[in-house]
Amino acid sequence: MTRALKGGLDRRTFLAGTAAITGALAAPGLLRAAPAPVKIGLIHPVTGALSYSGAQCRAGGQMAIDDINAAGGITSLGGAQIEAILGDSLSKPDVGASETAKAVEAGAAGIVAGYASAITLATAQEAAKTNTPHIVDVGVTDGIIALGLKNVFRFSPGYGKIAQDAVTALDEINKAAGAPAKTVVIVHEDSAFGTGTAKLLATELPKHGFEILKVIAHPTPTRDFTNIALQVKAANPDIIIPANYYNEYVLFARTIQQQQIKPKAIYSVLGGAASSYKFVKEFPEAAEGVMDTNHWFNPLSPLAQARKAATEAKGLFYTYEVYLTYNAVALLADAIERAGSTDKDKVIAALNSSTWDKHGMPYGPTQFVNGQNTGAQAVNTQVLGGKIEVIRPAEFASAKVKFPLA
Amino acid sequence: MLNLTILWPAILNGVTTGALYALIALGLTLIYGVLHIINFAHGALLMVGLYAVYFLFRFLGLDPYVSLLVVPPAMFVLGYALQRGIISRAAHGRDENILLVTLGLSIVIENLALMLFSSDTQTVDTAYGFATVDVLGAFIPVPKAVAFAGAVVSALALWLFMARTDLGRAIRAVAKERKGARLVGIDVEHVYAMSFGIGVGVLGIAACLLLPSYYVTPQVGHGFILIAFTIVVLGGMGSFVGALIGGIIIGVVEAIGGLMLGESLGQIGIFAIFILILLFRPQGLLGQRG
Repeated sequence: MTRALKGGLDRRTFLAGTAAITGALAAPGLLRAAPAPVKIGLIHPVTGALSYSGAQCRAGGQMAIDDINAAGGITSLGGAQIEAILGDSLSKPDVGASETAKAVEAGAAGIVAGYASAITLATAQEAAKTNTPHIVDVGVTDGIIALGLKNVFRFSPGYGKIAQDAVTALDEINKAAGAPAKTVVIVHEDSAFGTGTAKLLATELPKHGFEILKVIAHPTPTRDFTNIALQVKAANPDIIIPANYYNEYVLFARTIQQQQIKPKAIYSVLGGAASSYKFVKEFPEAAEGVMDTNHWFNPLSPLAQARKAATEAKGLFYTYEVYLTYNAVALLADAIERAGSTDKDKVIAALNSSTWDKHGMPYGPTQFVNGQNTGAQAVNTQVLGGKIEVIRPAEFASAKVKFPLA
Repeated sequence: MLNLTILWPAILNGVTTGALYALIALGLTLIYGVLHIINFAHGALLMVGLYAVYFLFRFLGLDPYVSLLVVPPAMFVLGYALQRGIISRAAHGRDENILLVTLGLSIVIENLALMLFSSDTQTVDTAYGFATVDVLGAFIPVPKAVAFAGAVVSALALWLFMARTDLGRAIRAVAKERKGARLVGIDVEHVYAMSFGIGVGVLGIAACLLLPSYYVTPQVGHGFILIAFTIVVLGGMGSFVGALIGGIIIGVVEAIGGLMLGESLGQIGIFAIFILILLFRPQGLLGQRG
């Protein structure tokens, strides 16, 4: 300091002083002692093979944060604003885990991740190392909940529940129409998702009196479905069950139409395109009548309809990625609100006692058992008159099922 | 398990699908078969063509078949520029460098597409997209029938071009004896770039004929690239009619293999043929011993 006194300000002091002043000017909020923002890590596959879904997830999460902040933030924390820490898993589990670790280090009070089951398994375990609350937005594999991690909560239904509901629903729809359908052909992609679905349906459906005529596996990508359609045509089933991803689903549905195959129903479990707005918009004729068992919002809920309108105003489709991630973020925010703290144990306790119902989903208030929201369920949708309608369960239905089709 | 009632439609479908494969392989047989450039970017360039057709349809309302007037010439220019501006410069005349340069190009092109267009699947819905023609009891989708005709015409046109025109002769001369061709006054760099441009231009034709019955994503080329290389080897390097026949054989083998062994395992037939050809007739069906 002696030098500074002699020669005025030395360079180091000057820099430090300027930095302090600039900092204060740039962050006037700090001077007014606003509450520290609550940080939430949003880890999604926004690039790579899953980038469309990842981007939809991120959009949903950010909409939730914007809505909460606009409504006054977390009131129990003095109106603290929520701040997103955005992570890109590049559609890879290991990157998902490292992005989660980064978000936790950056002070995330909770994590919302990771869209795909494989990525979510990695993000959930990474968050468990620091006991950081982790909400699963989409990942359906039951392995995520089977890990038994205390910090992991899934708002949406798991695969076992969805598949079970799908079988019951198909049986009930068939019986209600006088059981016109007796035979089934399953067309599935040959990785874990399609094969698992096919295996489950091939064991469960015969218990309800359906005869499985043929199970046809195909790789992803499959360039041409004519051959498969020909085999389906030769088998002439009452019901066709496709279990594949979007591109193959669309090609298959188009080929069925080209080959003039007219089954009594096309029915899916988590169908790649069966309840996709894009498919219905681009190929209304091929999509007409297709039934699916999938995540869906409650069409009778004004809250869900308002969010749908807000999403569409941004030029986005209101897909399951959007509303499930929106709700995952809002659920976490609600827990932080009730905990009145970002303390991890308190937030986890608040999630365990959560009875949150502002989700616009056909679920009822949240109730978590071992991290799974027990009220969560998939619904049955059907494309009717170019629109995706909920046809089952009755209390959420926006239209009556059309079965048999032909 | 083979069902005889669907054998005929399956074979016919194999023929039309195979013709589409052949169309994609035609450009490659010129680039790879004649010039020995292992073009790993072939799939990525097909994707570029498909996106061009898609955007012309979406923003200008141009039918994919009308795009035949626009996309192939544009792809030719792109191919010419790529060879002259990037591949030949970076390769320094060595084949193993070309392999790496085209592989690098494919990665760059695919990721650019991912960044600009996202990995969302895009399709075009045309009036004839679902129309079919009845060929003795088998329904052949109109877009596939058109693609079949397009493949036959393109293969014959390319064959005539190589056999009858000065440029075709120059390409063959460069392929056989690069130094000699230069000595008799052929602009070797220009011939290389022209061949590459024509190969990519033909890919543009394939894109126009493929999109009405298919879709486009940044990764769409992956499904076709291995098949295309197989067809080039099967037909005989540089033989256009060979590529056409090879493509149709592959299509039919795929169709019957799918019926007998299931779609997943049915692909095995394609690569079994590939290995057999390499073992017993490495010059290909219509190829000449070098």
